[in-house]
Amino acid sequence: MDFVVVQALTGLAGASSLFLVAAGLTVIFGVTRVVNFAHGSLYMLGAYIGWSILTRLPRDPAWFAAGVLLAALATAALGALLEMGLLRRIYRAPELLQLLATFGVVLMVQDAALYLWGPDELTLPRPPWLRGFVAVAGSRFPLFDLVLIGVGPLVLGLLWLLLARTRFGVLLRAATQDREMVAALGVDQTVLFTVVFALGAGLAGLGGVLSLPDGSANLHIDLDVITDAFVVVVVGGMGSLPGAFLAALLIGELQAFGIVLLPKITLVLVFLVMAVVLVFRPHGLLGRPQAVARGAAEALALVRPAVPALRWLGLAVLALALAAPLFAGPYLLSVLTEMLVAVLFAASLHFMMGPGGMASFGHAAWFGIGAYAAALATHALAAPMPAGLLLAPLAAGAC
Amino acid sequence: MPRNKGTETMTVTRRTLLAAAGTLAAPALVRAQGSAPIRIGEINSYTAVPAFTLPYRNGWQLAVEQVNAAGGVLGRKIEVVSRDDAGKPQDAIRLAGELVNEQKVDLLSGGFLSNVGLALSDYAKQNKKLFIAGEPLTDALVWSDGHRYCYRLRPSTYMQAAMLVDDAAKLPAKRWATVAPNYEYGQSAVKWFKLLLAKKRPDVTFIGEQWPALGKIDAGATVAALEAAKPDNIFNVTFGGDLTNFVRAGNTRGLFEKRGVVSVLTGEPEYLEPLGEETPTGWIVTGYPVESVINTTNTAFIAAYKARFKEMPKMGSVVGFALITSIVAGIAKTGAVDTEKMADSFAGASFDTPFGRAMWRKQDHQGTLGTYVGKTAVKDGHGVMVDWRYVDGAGALPTDAEVAKLRQG
Repeated sequence: MDFVVVQALTGLAGASSLFLVAAGLTVIFGVTRVVNFAHGSLYMLGAYIGWSILTRLPRDPAWFAAGVLLAALATAALGALLEMGLLRRIYRAPELLQLLATFGVVLMVQDAALYLWGPDELTLPRPPWLRGFVAVAGSRFPLFDLVLIGVGPLVLGLLWLLLARTRFGVLLRAATQDREMVAALGVDQTVLFTVVFALGAGLAGLGGVLSLPDGSANLHIDLDVITDAFVVVVVGGMGSLPGAFLAALLIGELQAFGIVLLPKITLVLVFLVMAVVLVFRPHGLLGRPQAVARGAAEALALVRPAVPALRWLGLAVLALALAAPLFAGPYLLSVLTEMLVAVLFAASLHFMMGPGGMASFGHAAWFGIGAYAAALATHALAAPMPAGLLLAPLAAGAC
Repeated sequence: MPRNKGTETMTVTRRTLLAAAGTLAAPALVRAQGSAPIRIGEINSYTAVPAFTLPYRNGWQLAVEQVNAAGGVLGRKIEVVSRDDAGKPQDAIRLAGELVNEQKVDLLSGGFLSNVGLALSDYAKQNKKLFIAGEPLTDALVWSDGHRYCYRLRPSTYMQAAMLVDDAAKLPAKRWATVAPNYEYGQSAVKWFKLLLAKKRPDVTFIGEQWPALGKIDAGATVAALEAAKPDNIFNVTFGGDLTNFVRAGNTRGLFEKRGVVSVLTGEPEYLEPLGEETPTGWIVTGYPVESVINTTNTAFIAAYKARFKEMPKMGSVVGFALITSIVAGIAKTGAVDTEKMADSFAGASFDTPFGRAMWRKQDHQGTLGTYVGKTAVKDGHGVMVDWRYVDGAGALPTDAEVAKLRQG
């Protein structure tokens, strides 16, 4: 019984950390409809900036709190810059393109962090009060985890006040529900979007800097944190803050107790939760169906006729590709083969997303099944390569 | 006369020219094979794992400079052509193709992650090119998936476990719990540790295990779950950021008090330094105590490294350095850079490393480079290794009969 109490509290602390990252992501998505893959990078920047600030400050609680706020504000400012410099230009672009652009930001931030802070893990020396604990049910429970348990609901409450009690909040909620209508009513969306992005970035930065006492700033946390944040946002319902809080609680607690009962479940647990929730509530726990964006592009024809010049160019490229084995060296051939594979895969994705109108992130799974089918056929059944090539699409199609 | 002389001059000139061309051309051909640098292809996860690979690159650069300053090998200089696989096996394979077919390298080397190492080894097997793995620790590289074109330098997960088991067996208490990252490396280290410890101590039991996802440890919950199992001793395989989080949560919650902890790789500076003043004391670890190892090879290595890079070497630096010396020794023993000859004759070649002399084993192409086993301590707010001893890799391997069985797959 004692153990259950301690583990439940531990789960709450984990839930708070999850919520801080997911809150920013869900706020940004709700208003701008941008799936911000760089959210983990903002979290990482919060951790690095926080390290740089906190290691220069006195080590008592008041200075710590000031440093944490400063780091969050700095990350918010960087977020505003990112929005003005990049995202503002691509709101009208297809979702996949936005995802790609924000993924580019992930790579750039990683390089920048490596350049500025170096490759080594950076840890914040913990003063005694950060290492302190209270006795709970006969076990030691970290004081800082208690602080975290408080921060989650506090942030949720402040965000609620902001949304419910301020003019900015009204605009924000309106934009979440129907941004075209808000624009039609004469609200300056440009400023609104920048402020929202800065707010989301600041929350990510807050999550990052608050992760320091329990961990470190390193170059891997951006991608480590982003998948869990996405799961929380999806489970909670895209754009829903209380949903994100509920989802973070659910996942935090399931994680804390799941690893006790089934230690090897760590790899799949969060995705399992997501799958189960989405089966029963396709829009997430507290999510609503998305407002249909007006003027969305109608389904495109699979193949559009090309201008004559392009046709001749295509024919020439095809002839060149066919003749490639005669003149290209082995390396050029392998690169050409990879290009061909990429072209095939892109064409198949286009088939799904363009005329099919289905955005599929799981498309790579079929790619993998095809590859496995062909490889297993040639390895285990000693089948010739043409047979493997034939088997690959059949296996993927059947799955 | 003048005319005659003219023709004669012409003839002579033409002949001389031809002859000159001949003498010039022939040595040029010989030179192309005889004194052009030997090209070593090297692939590693430079952007994905900079904490290891940057010191590693310094290490091999230092070795290349030293080898070339001493005249190279077989009278030829060596040259490393390096590529970044970004931690992805498919990139590594493509780059291996580029290095072999375009850059015409004489052999391949490198690797950090086990899955990338296995992919490169498979490329080497299919394309009959030599691959010398530096860091990948998976046992499969030289045992179940081993082949004649693949050699591996560092002590494998089996060897790391075997080196720790002697000290672990001396711990009096019997109830053990394990915590390891949930992938090939963590699972294999735990498997061998359990097997080898049970052989020495049939009375021990393993009562709890935790398998955090790599890079995503939920440290508080993991520590509480271990604490609830009430083990006497803990075997840890987590490293990097996971280890830092685990140690911090464990310190606050008192998990390590009055418990023996045996931990793989934790004594390496890459992982020990971030722990700083929170380094737990008395953990039995494998690692590298850097400047406290005072002997001719290590002291000389540290001095040269510091002079060149203005910082202390790390474990990665040692691996990068020894990778080059092991390749150079293999080439010197072979007397040529022909793949088939090298594949045979690297076996048995011995080479100098900062840890002393090591060799390539004949039976499984595993290097006998060892590692240090000792205890963790805190000195001036930094984590250090104390009471260490060097364990030669040759003594941490199973019998030849067992190896032969494992190598059959």
